[in-house]
Parts: sequence; structure tokens; C-alpha cells
Amino acid sequence: MITYLVPLVIIGGLTSCGVYLLLSRNLTRMLLGLLLVGNAVNLLILTVGGPSGNPPVRGRTSGSETTTADPLAQGMILTAIVIAMGIAAFVLALTYRSFRLTTEEEVGNDPEDTRVSKLSDEEASSIDEDAPVSVPARDTDEPDELDALPGHEGSR
Amino acid sequence: MTLSGVLMPLPVLIPLTAAALTLIAGRRPRLQRLITVVALSAVLGVCAVLLYLADRDGTQALHVGGWGPTDAGLGPLGITLVADRLSALMLVVSAIVLLAVVFYAIGQGIRDGDDRQPVSIFLPTYLVLSAGVCTAFLAGDLFNLYVGFEVLLSASFVLLTIGASQERVRAGISYVMVSMVSSLIFLIGLALIYAATGTLNMAELSLRLHDISGGTRGALFAVLLVAFGIKAAVFPLSAWLPDSYPTAPAPVTAVFAGLLTKVGVYAIIRAHSLLFPAGGLDRVLLVAALLTMLVGILGAIAQSDIKRLLSFTLISHIGYMVFGIALSSRLGMSGAIYYVAHHIVVQTTLFLVVGLIERQAGASTLRRLGGLAAASPLLAFVFMVPALNLGGIPPFSGFIGKVALLEAGTQEGSVLAWLLVAGSVVTSLLTLYVVARVWTKAFWRARVDAPDGAMSDSAPSALLADYSQDVAFDDRGDVGRMPVGMVAPTMGLIAVGLALTVAAGPIFGYSDRAADEVLDRGQYISAVLGTHL
Repeated sequence: MITYLVPLVIIGGLTSCGVYLLLSRNLTRMLLGLLLVGNAVNLLILTVGGPSGNPPVRGRTSGSETTTADPLAQGMILTAIVIAMGIAAFVLALTYRSFRLTTEEEVGNDPEDTRVSKLSDEEASSIDEDAPVSVPARDTDEPDELDALPGHEGSR
Repeated sequence: MTLSGVLMPLPVLIPLTAAALTLIAGRRPRLQRLITVVALSAVLGVCAVLLYLADRDGTQALHVGGWGPTDAGLGPLGITLVADRLSALMLVVSAIVLLAVVFYAIGQGIRDGDDRQPVSIFLPTYLVLSAGVCTAFLAGDLFNLYVGFEVLLSASFVLLTIGASQERVRAGISYVMVSMVSSLIFLIGLALIYAATGTLNMAELSLRLHDISGGTRGALFAVLLVAFGIKAAVFPLSAWLPDSYPTAPAPVTAVFAGLLTKVGVYAIIRAHSLLFPAGGLDRVLLVAALLTMLVGILGAIAQSDIKRLLSFTLISHIGYMVFGIALSSRLGMSGAIYYVAHHIVVQTTLFLVVGLIERQAGASTLRRLGGLAAASPLLAFVFMVPALNLGGIPPFSGFIGKVALLEAGTQEGSVLAWLLVAGSVVTSLLTLYVVARVWTKAFWRARVDAPDGAMSDSAPSALLADYSQDVAFDDRGDVGRMPVGMVAPTMGLIAVGLALTVAAGPIFGYSDRAADEVLDRGQYISAVLGTHL
């Protein structure tokens, strides 16, 4: 199989740009990164699907081609494009919703995760152990008259 | 056309048709619920018959539209559906869980008032999710598996962000992004495999991948493993899971925890045994399994929110399944298959119980819970049984599955396998510690001893726009009542979990046969390609 260099360079370029954008916290950039990588993968499928040729329809020719192009690769790309479009629409809706809620389109940290990781040793152990509550010992040497007062019952 | 040929498309077709019908019936909640329950019950029935047929007659294959192998020597051109014992078992267990959770969700929805929730979206999306799960289990070619993944992922995106509160949108974004990246990696793997072999049919692939060079084969396997590893939440690729799952409503988290990661595990089993039987990555998988178990369970110890704690135990126990798969032995595979079935049921039950705890006590964090055993002995019972099952206490099914895996590990006998056996035992003990911690905190101690015991969420979390709405515990009106519609499905799943214990002999016999079939490959290939080899 002959592989041309230009599509491969384009695939590599698109993927690296896409990965760079995906690493951002900005939602629009992440979506763009997703789309770029998606297109790179589609191009990859097209490239590995074999050389160009006649359309895979009986009785149709294109130029002076002698072979027929692979219809399966194109079918797979079509499916992948449709899926990517649906997901892109959903991510756009999520982005808008996130913007409405927080007026920013950055992805925040998980608050519970942050809380757990910030627990100091002391706090963690206070959650973990049912720490014994120190009860002040009753002074049993007090005069009996005090027994009548509230808080002094049962010294006897 | 045989009976299995008629039945095999139905687990996909019925939920999709029902999803369309429920959308049409969007303004009539009762009709929607009726359609959903009937459809999922029908799926369960179909899957049970498929299980019987697959066990009696061996692997069943269907070439949809009749585009099967031709006399001219061409392989199957169209979509191939395959049901062997492994897929049939996965289908039946999934159908049981899907049905139980939908009853739970309906019970919760009626209790919470449907008018306040977008339930008209919930049931159709849930049905699409069911169709996606069934597609993935039945897929006989890799691209159809990809489509099944996409269908279930798209549905899960909607379910995870249902209601679109700030917390859910934040969790949903990271979930969507990670899932899409894993799908793209899967697609890259598909493109490379197609380039190397010229086909995506799994039966043909298992023949043709044998002929290409070992290095290429290893690289292809690695790409697929990364993609499936993200979906199954295997350790270095698992950080997304506890971040996103706990924010969803209880039934959604339950069905995600039970099914979605197991679809990834199923895909790993197929790739490991059918496509790359001598993949050469067993050591990598074993190390990943060990780290998944230990890191997962150590993460669970640090958590104070029960949902997050259970999400970490979910990751941890994925390690057991990968352990069994990576041993590449009959006993290991059989143990892994049994463990998958056990874990789907148990993990789903536990998440449903957390939904009940939220309902009973108005919170799911251990900082606020206490005194539940006195407040509701029934709740204590429904938590205790699956919790002990998860921890692997005899005689429950968790113990049986773990013993099988340990036996397979010791049979292997290498140093790494012994390390994994030790790791499994430690993980099992730590799981027990984790669930015992939930028990002593939430159920045993008095509520006044909890650090924030006086506080409670102002309403069930399904109804909250945001998590910051707290009220004093005494002021909350809804605390302390568990609707029958939520308790009954939970009890039903506990009964299924106990049935896995009581009927462990026959089920293990079945999983032994399934493991034989998976490792043999010949049955699968001849069922799909017929005589046109």
C-alpha cells in the first residue's frame, strides 16, 4: 500500500493541536480540541482505507481510475462525523448552561475532592475516630448540702 | 431462520422502539412508565431465552440483513450480532439490574413529584442507555461495539446532567470530555486495526491478527486497552469516576456503577481473549489490576461521602476482574465472569441503598449521619447484606468469586500472581474496613455524635438545584420515610445477590463453560464465518 506523506502530516498536526486545546480548562477550547482530534481520526480512517478510486456505485466511474474506493472507510467516517456532531451540540449546550450558572466557562475542581485533600491530619482523625469527649470528674468531696443544687446531683 | 436469529436483535430493538414511544407519550407519565416497564421486562425475557439457547446450542451468530459471508470468499459485510454464553450472561444480569433500577426510579419519581423533575426525558434516555448496553454486549464487529459505546455514552451524558444544576454540569463536563477522549482513542485503534487487517469483524480479526507481526499486534492491543481501560476505570485511567458519578441522582449512579464500567470490562475480555489471545500485555494488566485494587480502596478510606466512598470501592473491585482476565487461564476467566455478574448486582444495590439513606436521613455524608440502625432497622438490613457481600464475607457471592480468583492466582504461581493474591486479600479486608466504617458511623453511633449531625439537606438531593441548601435536621419535613416503591426493588436486587450465592454451583458451572467458550475461540469463529473459512 502506498501511503502519502501529506495526509499523515496533516493528521499529526491536527491531533497535536487538538490535544493542546483539550488540555485547557476553557470549555470552548476543549470542544474545539475534541473536534480537531475527531477530524484527525476521520482523516486517518480515510487514509488507511486505501487509495482513491471510482465511487463504489455500480456503473459509475471517475476520471480514468481503475480501482474502486473502499466504501467501508467512508461509511465509518460518516458515522463518526454524525456522532461527533451530536456530542458537539450537547457540549455547546452544557457550556452555555455552565456559563449561565457561573458566568464563566472554566471547568472547576471537584469541591468534595478539594475538601477531602485539604483535611489536616488532626481534622481527619477527628472525623475518623469517635474522639473521646473529656468529661470533667465530679468532685465527690463537696459538702452534701450542695447535692440539692442543679448540676451536683449524684455526687453521693 | 432459527429462534435465536429472531430473538437476537430484540434486546436492541425493543428499548429503542420503546424510547420513541415514550417520547411520543411525553405528556402522559403513567403511559410512559407502563411502556418502559413492559419493554424492559420483555428484554429480560428475551435475554433469558437467549441465555438458555446459548448454553444449549453454543455460540449464536446473526448477520443482520443477510450480508453474511459469501461463497466468493468475502467475509461478512454487514453488522454481525453474536451471542455466546458470556454475552448472554451479561445481557441477563444487565436486564435484571435495568428493570430493578427503573422500578426504583419510578418509585422515587412518584414520591418526589414528577412535575418538578424532567422525567419525560428520564425514561426515554434510560431506554436508549439500555439499548446501547445491549448493543455493546451483542456486537460481533468492533465498529458496532464502538457504536454501542457511543449510544450508551450519549444517553449517560444526558442522565448524568439531568436537571442541569451547577454541580451536575461541572461533573458532567469532565465526564463528557474524558468519555469522548476514550472514544477517540478507540476510533484511532479501529482505524489502525483496519489498516493492518482490512476488516473489523471480530471473528475475521482473530484469524487475520494472527498473521501480522508481533510488534504491530502489541501496539494495536495497547491502543484498545487504553480506550477500554478508561471506560472500565482501570487504575491510571480511573480518576474521572469518583469525580462524576456521585453527583447524579441515586438510580442513575446505581445503573452507571453497575453497568457502564462492566461494559468496558466485557470489551477487555473480548479484546484479550478473542482478538489478541497472546497479546503479551498480561504483565501490564496484572500490575494495573494490583494498583487498581489498592489505590481504589485507599481512596475509599479517605472519603466521608458514602457515594464517593462507594465509587472508589467500585474502581477497586474492577481490579479483581482485570486480575482474573490477565491470568489467561480457564479458572481465572471463569472467576472473572462470575465476579462481573456478582459485582454488577451488588454495586447497584449499594448505590440504591445510598438513595434510601438520603431519603431516610437527609444526607449521604458521614459527617451528618448517625443513629440509622435505631431509626430504621429495615434500612440497616438492606445496607448490611450487600455491604458484607461486597466485603467478601462467607457465604456471600463476593466470597465465592474472590476465592475462585485467589485459586486461579495461586495456580498461576508466578511471583507477580502471588503479589496479586496478597493484594486481593488486603483489598478485601480494607473493603470490609470501609463498609464497617460506614456501618459504625451512619448506623451505630447516635446522631448527636456526628460532627454536623444537626444539619441536613433541605430536600432530597434529586430535587435540589444546588447542594448548598442546608436546613437544621429537625426542620426538614421529608426525613424518615422510605417509599415502598424504592425499598421493594432494592430488596429484589438483594434477593438476586443472594440467589447468586445459593445457586453458586450451577452459575459457576455456567461461567466455567462460558470461560471455555471464550478461550476456545474456535466456536466463535465458526459460528460467525460458518463454513466459509
